[in-house]
Amino acid sequence: MTAPAVPVVGPRTANGGAPRRAIDRGSGFVERYFRIHTSLVYAFLYLPIVVVIVFAFNATDTRVTLWRGFSPKWFGIALNDPLVQKYVLNSFIVAIPNAIFATLFGTMAALGLQRVGKRVRLAFDALTYVSVIVPEIVIALATLVLFATSFDAIEAVFGVTRPGFGFHTIIAAHMLFNISLVLLLVRARLSTMDRTHVEASYDLFAPPWPTFRQITLPQLLPAIMAGFLLSFTFSFDDYVITTFTSGPGSTTIPLYIFGAIKKGVTPETNAVATMMLAFTLAMLAVGQWLLGRQSRRRGGGASMTGIIVEQT
Amino acid sequence: MTAATARGSRLAAGGRGRSALLTSLLVFPATLWYVALLVAPLAIVVIFSFGTRAKNGGYAPALTLDNYADLLNRPEPFVNSLVMATAGTVGCLLVGLPLAYYLATRAGSRKNVLLLLLVIPFWTSFLIRTYAWLLIFNPDTGIPGIVKLLTGAEFRVRGTPIAVLVGLVYGYLPLMVFPLYVTLERLDRTLLEASKDLGAGRWATFRQITLPIALPGLVTGSILVFIPMMGEYVIPAILGYGQFYMMGNALVSSFLEARNWPAGSARAVGLIAVMLVTVTFYLWFVNRGRRTRETSVL
Repeated sequence: MTAPAVPVVGPRTANGGAPRRAIDRGSGFVERYFRIHTSLVYAFLYLPIVVVIVFAFNATDTRVTLWRGFSPKWFGIALNDPLVQKYVLNSFIVAIPNAIFATLFGTMAALGLQRVGKRVRLAFDALTYVSVIVPEIVIALATLVLFATSFDAIEAVFGVTRPGFGFHTIIAAHMLFNISLVLLLVRARLSTMDRTHVEASYDLFAPPWPTFRQITLPQLLPAIMAGFLLSFTFSFDDYVITTFTSGPGSTTIPLYIFGAIKKGVTPETNAVATMMLAFTLAMLAVGQWLLGRQSRRRGGGASMTGIIVEQT
Repeated sequence: MTAATARGSRLAAGGRGRSALLTSLLVFPATLWYVALLVAPLAIVVIFSFGTRAKNGGYAPALTLDNYADLLNRPEPFVNSLVMATAGTVGCLLVGLPLAYYLATRAGSRKNVLLLLLVIPFWTSFLIRTYAWLLIFNPDTGIPGIVKLLTGAEFRVRGTPIAVLVGLVYGYLPLMVFPLYVTLERLDRTLLEASKDLGAGRWATFRQITLPIALPGLVTGSILVFIPMMGEYVIPAILGYGQFYMMGNALVSSFLEARNWPAGSARAVGLIAVMLVTVTFYLWFVNRGRRTRETSVL
């Protein structure tokens, strides 16, 4: 009598229990609709990607979408194109320091914000809110205007040659977004972190630094790694901020692709795009693998997919 | 527990002075970036919006509202952005809600694979995924070409609002699905059973149980897609094919082509104001009558 007729199922385990299935199942028509809808959405998501990859293997010399047989020749052409090589190198020059410093500064800020008063934290939250609300294009143009105006001012006041746009301006502008991103990821992790280990460590009279290194840091590592990879990918793929803060000689791969779109896409563009897709996918795979290894060793489930899905 | 925590934080704090120094050092770089590259650029844009165009382009100091008056006289890109962002958000919802519901309740063992397949396009270059539609909408060899070959009917997609709308929904769909999925996944099935046991029909259960529970995810998703769509520049620049402009394109043309920084600044301020009002009102509307703030964008 006291036992509930329906076993109480927690929200986490509620999915997929075989006997429970029938409860919220609709008629055959509704079920079929859900399945077809889902298949169509996945087709919609992958159609453009497949199109780009397929037409990268087009043997045509004239029109990009006119199929003239299979050939990998455009990959060779793209790889041997000195301009493409330079732009790829430039993309790395922008993305690597970005990921390193944004991860460092973002993590530092997340740790620091645990130790500040409510007012400082609120100010930070407000700024993060603003950085999320204001469209990227507005920040890009505003940053361009700020740089241009302050460079003019530096020239006028100090009488030195006007500093120009280049890697330094791109990196500085990207870092604003990436610091925000890492800050959000690490703070989310800190808020769900189990404090008992830290407390145990202090109870055993461990000083703050070893406690941080041996207890806090390993627990934060999934968020930090995810932040690093997401920052790298943002920098590597970004067009909007990059185009308005770049200078002569700092063209990156997305800028090259946008230029190619404006001039008319060629099979070489598709080949470069395909290699870029492969590279970012490899980054995602590395992230999954690292986090998987980490969580197997420490036992806490974290995956790149999980972090991306939960964070948005 | 509280005693241990108190002792822990006291120990963590170390000496008072040293601790304050450490905290400032930790927060300093991020603060520097926020002030120098978020607050300062936005402040400059607000100041410039009251100025006039210098003779050779750029900004000349002044105190005038002409730029805002001009903004009201030419509202077309603004209206385009508002209409497209609204349509795009509704589109993402129509496409994304059944998908999220399927993933959360019916995907079973394939759930992780399907989620990964959703993350992959989101993770890959936005630019590449957008220009791919240019190939698909190609008048000769893309979908319009195939349709023409089969039926003889001619139509144009590239350069129309439809092309831009497809690009918007395509580009931002995962941002709608992720939060919806997360809330639906936490849905307690026993509530559905209770509802059924009490004689509610499927539609009544959906409307009275599933939808209210999914609401925070729905709101977060809508905001997450509405914001970038409103300020979108890349998608109309590529799929609009020079024939359809949104606010982002108008901003770029006033800053770079017309080199009229004050006019561009006024447009930017107008855009930010609309976003702040829309999003804040939306959050207030959804959270009204609730004791805790359940939904936010952060």
